[in-house]
Parts: sequence; C-alpha cells; structure tokens
Amino acid sequence: MDLGIPLTHYLLVSAILFTMGALGVLIRRNALIVFMSIELMLNAANLAFVAFARSFEQTTGQPVFTGQLFVFFVIAVAAAEVAVGLALIVAIFRTKQTIDVDQLSSMKG
Amino acid sequence: MEALFNLVPLVVFLPVLGLLINMLFGGRMSEKAIGTVASAASGLTFVVSVLLGVALWAGHGHAEVVPFAEWIKIGTLDIPWNFRVDTLSVTMMLVVSVVGTLIHIYAIGYMHEDVRFKKDEKRFQRFFVFMNLFIAMMMILVSGDSYLMLFVGWEGVGLCSFLLIGFWYDMDTLGRPSWANSNAAKKAFIVNRIGDFGFLLAGLTMFWWFGSVQFGEVFNKTPFIPESIILAITLFMLIGVAGKSSQIPLYVWLPDAMAGPTPVSALIHAATMVTAGVYLIARSWPLYSAVPNAQFIVALVGAVTALFAATIAVGQYDIKKVLAYSTISQLGFMVAAVGMGAFVAGMFHLVTHAFFKALLFLSAGSVILGLERGHHHLAHHGPDSGQHEEVFDPGDMRNMGGLRKRMPVTFWLYMIGTLALAGIFPFAGFWSKDEILLEAARNYTVVYVLLVIAAFFTAFYMGRQIWMVFFGRSRHAAAEHAEESPKIITVPLMVLAGLSVLGGVLNLPGVHTLTHWLEHTIALAAEHGAEVGGFLALSWGGLNPVVALVSTLLALGAIYLSWLLYGRKPLEAGQKDPLKKILGPIFTGMENKWFVDEGYRAAFVDRYADLGRFLAEVVDGRFWHDFVHDKLIAGTYNWLSKIALDRYADQKGIDAFFNGLGELIKRISASLRRLQNGFVRSYALAVLFGVIAILGYLLLK
Repeated sequence: MDLGIPLTHYLLVSAILFTMGALGVLIRRNALIVFMSIELMLNAANLAFVAFARSFEQTTGQPVFTGQLFVFFVIAVAAAEVAVGLALIVAIFRTKQTIDVDQLSSMKG
Repeated sequence: MEALFNLVPLVVFLPVLGLLINMLFGGRMSEKAIGTVASAASGLTFVVSVLLGVALWAGHGHAEVVPFAEWIKIGTLDIPWNFRVDTLSVTMMLVVSVVGTLIHIYAIGYMHEDVRFKKDEKRFQRFFVFMNLFIAMMMILVSGDSYLMLFVGWEGVGLCSFLLIGFWYDMDTLGRPSWANSNAAKKAFIVNRIGDFGFLLAGLTMFWWFGSVQFGEVFNKTPFIPESIILAITLFMLIGVAGKSSQIPLYVWLPDAMAGPTPVSALIHAATMVTAGVYLIARSWPLYSAVPNAQFIVALVGAVTALFAATIAVGQYDIKKVLAYSTISQLGFMVAAVGMGAFVAGMFHLVTHAFFKALLFLSAGSVILGLERGHHHLAHHGPDSGQHEEVFDPGDMRNMGGLRKRMPVTFWLYMIGTLALAGIFPFAGFWSKDEILLEAARNYTVVYVLLVIAAFFTAFYMGRQIWMVFFGRSRHAAAEHAEESPKIITVPLMVLAGLSVLGGVLNLPGVHTLTHWLEHTIALAAEHGAEVGGFLALSWGGLNPVVALVSTLLALGAIYLSWLLYGRKPLEAGQKDPLKKILGPIFTGMENKWFVDEGYRAAFVDRYADLGRFLAEVVDGRFWHDFVHDKLIAGTYNWLSKIALDRYADQKGIDAFFNGLGELIKRISASLRRLQNGFVRSYALAVLFGVIAILGYLLLK
C-alpha cells in the first residue's frame, strides 16, 4: 500500500512533535501540561517507529512487525506511566495545594 | 695408674658437693654433722690429690692434661676447661688439701665457741659452706691448664676471702656492732681488684701476642715473642701477684684481713690463697726465665716487702697482726725466691710456710679462745661479776702473759711454729729459708742483705711474741683464768706441728726430693750460681755452711735480744713496750705500720673520694645533669617540640595543608551545590543537553 508520501515527511512530523513535546517539558510549569508534553514526545517516537517499519517492509518486500510491536509496548508503558504520574500529581496537589513544578524545589542542594 | 688421672675433676667437685650438702641440708643438721661433711669433702680431696701424686710418681712425673669440658669457643679463641696434673699442681693440691682438711677439723671446735661468743649460732653452717667453696676455688686455681682457668680460681678465692673476712660483717673483732669487719673485707676486695687488673692486662697482652692462654702453647711460643712483650706481661703479672700475695705496694689489705675468724686467717691469709701469686710465678717460669730484668724486679719487690713487713711486725700488739705481717714478710721471701729463678726454693718455702704459719695462726686462735674462756669465766664467777663492762680484746698481747702454765699444749705447739718460722735447725723453716738465702747470695747481693735482715727481724718479733704471750705474769685477769682448748682444736695442731718439724725432709740437702719432683715440671737452670767463687762455692750437698751459719746465728742472736728486752724483765700491765725507749720515733713508726695506711688514705683514698665528689657534683651534677641534660637535651627537645615541630611543622605545615584541602573541597562543593537547584525543568534541560551531546558525539565521531 503506497500512499505516495515519502518517509521523510513522516519523520519531519515526528521531529516536530518531539520538539513541541520537549519545549513543553522545558517551558511549561503546569505539571499536567508537562505530562502531556511527555506523551507528545513518546508518540513522536511511536510515529517514527511505525514509519520506519512501514518503509522497511516496502523496500525489502518482507513483512516485519518489530517496529509496530515496539509501538504497542510504548503505548502500554505510557498508559502505566500516566496512571502512576497522575496519581503522583494528585498526591502532590493534596500536600502542596499546587501543581506548579517550580514550586516543588525543596530537594535543592 | 693412668686411669687415676681421670679422678682430677674430683678435687674441685668434692668440695662443691660438700658445700651443696651443707647449703641445702645444713639448716637441719647438727654442728658436728656440718663440720664432718665439710671436713670429709676436704679430706677426700686430699685422698684424690695423693692418688694423683702416686699416679705421677708411677709415670715418672710425666705431666698429664685431662680434658674436662668445652668452655669458651669464639672464632679462633678456644679455651677448654682442662685439668693439668703435673708435679707443680699436685704439690699445690696436696698442700691446700692437707692444710685445708686440718683447718676444717680445727674450725669445728673453733667456730663452735666463736658463734657462741658472738651470739649467732646460725652462722656456723655458712662458715663451712664458704670454706668448702674456698677449697673448690683454690683447686680450680691450681689445677687449671690455662691462665684463664687460673684466673677463674684466682677471682673465686678472692671472693671467698671477701666473704670470710667479712664473716662477722655486722660487728668488729670484739663483737661490738660496727662495720669494721665488712670494711676490712671491702678493703681486701678492692685492693685485690687493682692486682687483678694487672693480671687481666697480662692475660690480654698474652692472648694478643701468643694467640692462646693455654700453658703449653704459651710456653712453647715464648722464644719467638719479643722480649719487651714478655717483660710487659711478667710485670703486669707482678701487679697481680702483689695484690694476691700481698706484696708492696698492695700488701695493706692482709693485716686488715685478720678481721676474719682465725681458721680463715690460717687457711686463706697464710697458707694457701696468698701463695697463689708465688704459684703463678712458678707456673710461669718460662716467661720469667726469659727476662732477667723482670726477675730482678720481682726479687727486689719480694725482698723489700720481706724486710718492710718484718719491721712492722716488731711493733704490733695484736697476736694475729704480728702473724699477718710475718706472713707478708714470708711471702716476700717466696716472691724473692721465685723472682731469682729459684722456683724450687720458693715452692719449698711455700710448703713449709703453709705448715708452720697455719700452725701459728691456729695456735693463736687457741690462745684467743683461751682468753675468751677466761674472760667468760670472770664475767660469770669473778669477784667483780656484773660490773665487768670494760671492752676486752682477747687478741691483744698486752692482755696476755704467763699463758705457758694455763695452756701448756698450745704453748708447745706455738713454740714449734715459732722455731720453724725463725729458721732454727732442724725445723722446716730452717731448710727452706736457707735455700732462699743461698740463692740470693749467689744471685743478687742486695736481695740477700735485705732478706738476712728480714730473717733477723723475723726471729726477733717471734721471740718478742713468745715472751709476751706465754712468759712473765698475767697482765689481765682473763689471762689468769685462761683455759686450754679441747682436743678437736689441739689434735689438728699437733699434726701441723709434726709437719712443721719434719717438713724439711721434703728437700734435705743432698737428697733434694722436692727438687727432683718439681724438675719434671720446671726445667731448672742448672748453671745457677755455678760461676760464683769464694765461700759461696762451698757446698754440703747443696747446703752452704757459711750462709746457714750466718742465718742461724742471726736468728739465735735475735731471740736472745728479744729475751733481753721482753724475757728477762717481763712486761707489766700498762707498761710501755721497752723498745719504745730505745728506738723512740722509729718504734712509733713500726707501731703505726709506718703510717702507710694513712699515707694511702691521703694519697689515694681521699683523692679518689675527691675525684668521686668532683665527678658527682661538677661533672655529673652541674655539667652533665644541669647543663647537658637540662639545658642542652631537654632545652633542644622543648624548642624542637614547641617551636620547630609544633608551631612550624605541625601547625603551619601539616595542619595548614589539610585545612586547606578541606577548605578547597568546601568551596568546590559550594559551587557544585548551585547546580542542584531543585527545579525539575532545569534538570530536564540538562538531560536534553546531555542527550544532544551524546548523540552529537555518536553522529560526528
């Protein structure tokens, strides 16, 4: 199945998504937004995996599912991470009454 | 017969056994048992000595060296403990053991009373332990096969002498609490140290040049050693002889040694130990024969001592002091004899002197005990009993007089000893002294003159003693009540008296038994006196009638003179010595021993004390302690520890280094701490940069 879209386009989208995610993590102070930005980076990686897997299959003619399979792993791990992360954010909010990450600096040296 | 030689270690170990028995079990034994054990040990030693003599005689006097034990082995130095059995050593063994045994027996009776007069019966046992130790040490001295072994015995007898002079160390001779006796013991020991130092120098020089101290090796190498070295060795040895045999200038200890009990004076300080020096010279005859200069010095020292001591003996009042100076004088005769190369004459006189001087000392002890008994009797039964508090000296001849009737046995024994010592024919002393005088007349006229005058004095002071002690009237109540001594004391004396009468048989002119006996060991210079002419060439089988007549007439004249002064008109109580009127200041000199002790005190003892004080106060106290120790060492140390080490090295060096290290780490950590700001986003940024850096590296490498 050839959609006529070259691999570089997928990778470009993936890179843009990753950069957005990284910038979100670095710039935003809301823990929830930081969290979502992490998801964004994970999914950028997922997109790159799938695109590479698809491209490999088309160029060699061999059906290989390693890339797709890894994406499922990432999705599962991300789901678990979200569960733990949200629970942490809730717990932080309960003690600190805020989810601003810059306020959580009591571990500084 | 050869097997008999192997018995020789017994002469040392029998007395050792005796002393061990008495030391370990003596506390539970009776006085008789202790005395018997000690006497038996000494007596068996005599038996062994006789057997050795028989073995030698059967072997025609061939000397035998009996190896006993390995002793010192360091590098090339190899000194075994070997016993030497030859005619000379066996002669000494016989004299020591026969006189020793008789004195041991006598001492059973003497010490029985002595410990009671001194009120310490416990010391009886100790006395016999020391006596047996002395016999053992004397045997080591005479039986050793090397100068070192001889030296061991030499020091051992010195120790015994010290122990026995100071036997009543906590009192004086009269039993009063005092340190007089222990001071006398120390004096003997210290003066002997000086002599021993000389001996030691001789031994070390000998080892350096000869490479050995074994008699045989030393004598074999003697012809190949420079004469000056042998001269040095013999003169060093003479210092040792002067100490042990109490010659000028080291004789001063012997009169003080009379502080010991009388058997000790007889055994150690008359008959045996003091003759060790004579034995040493006789033993070293090859060395002395090689250097005539040393021989003359030795002879002169002996002759001067003989005369000097004889003059002092004339002025003494203590019965034992007279005998002590007489002993010094007679030792001078012996040393003069061996110095002249007349080794046999010296050894002959040594033997006879051992007999008659032991007899005289022991008889004097009997007299002293007799007076003690008389004094004791007075204190309990006398008319003035209870108030008898005056100090009584039982040895002072001025307290005696008329003892001939109270103590007849002792008197006759004393007479025999006196005649023997005075050199009256035919007693032992006549023969031996005459041989010495003859040799002197042939060799050195000056020595002969000195010795003849000394012989004259000898007869005079002995006559004086006899008249003062046994004739006239009692000058003290104690002498009136003096009692004769028991058999255990008189019987050994009778044996000694017999030996004193017959001792001359050992070496009668014409027969010369002792000469032939000793010839096996000492090669005699046969040409001695061969070239002399005139009356000295006369000889009746080795006896010169002129020399013999002169000395006999002089002796008889001296005895007559003493009778004129002391016998015809006996001394009364409190009367001054008649010689004092005639001789005046000269007699004062004799009375006071020519002030030699005082002179020594001023010249040496006090100077030594000054030196000691100087060393203690100035050198040790002010210089060493105050300056070197306190100022230099402690000061330097304090400066070092406080200033140099503490302030500079420790505080400014080590401390500063480690403090700086801590400071540096603190500063680094402070700047590093700023990175740890707690903002999670900055960590994320760091991670990002880190990843970029790693990726960049991986892509660009």
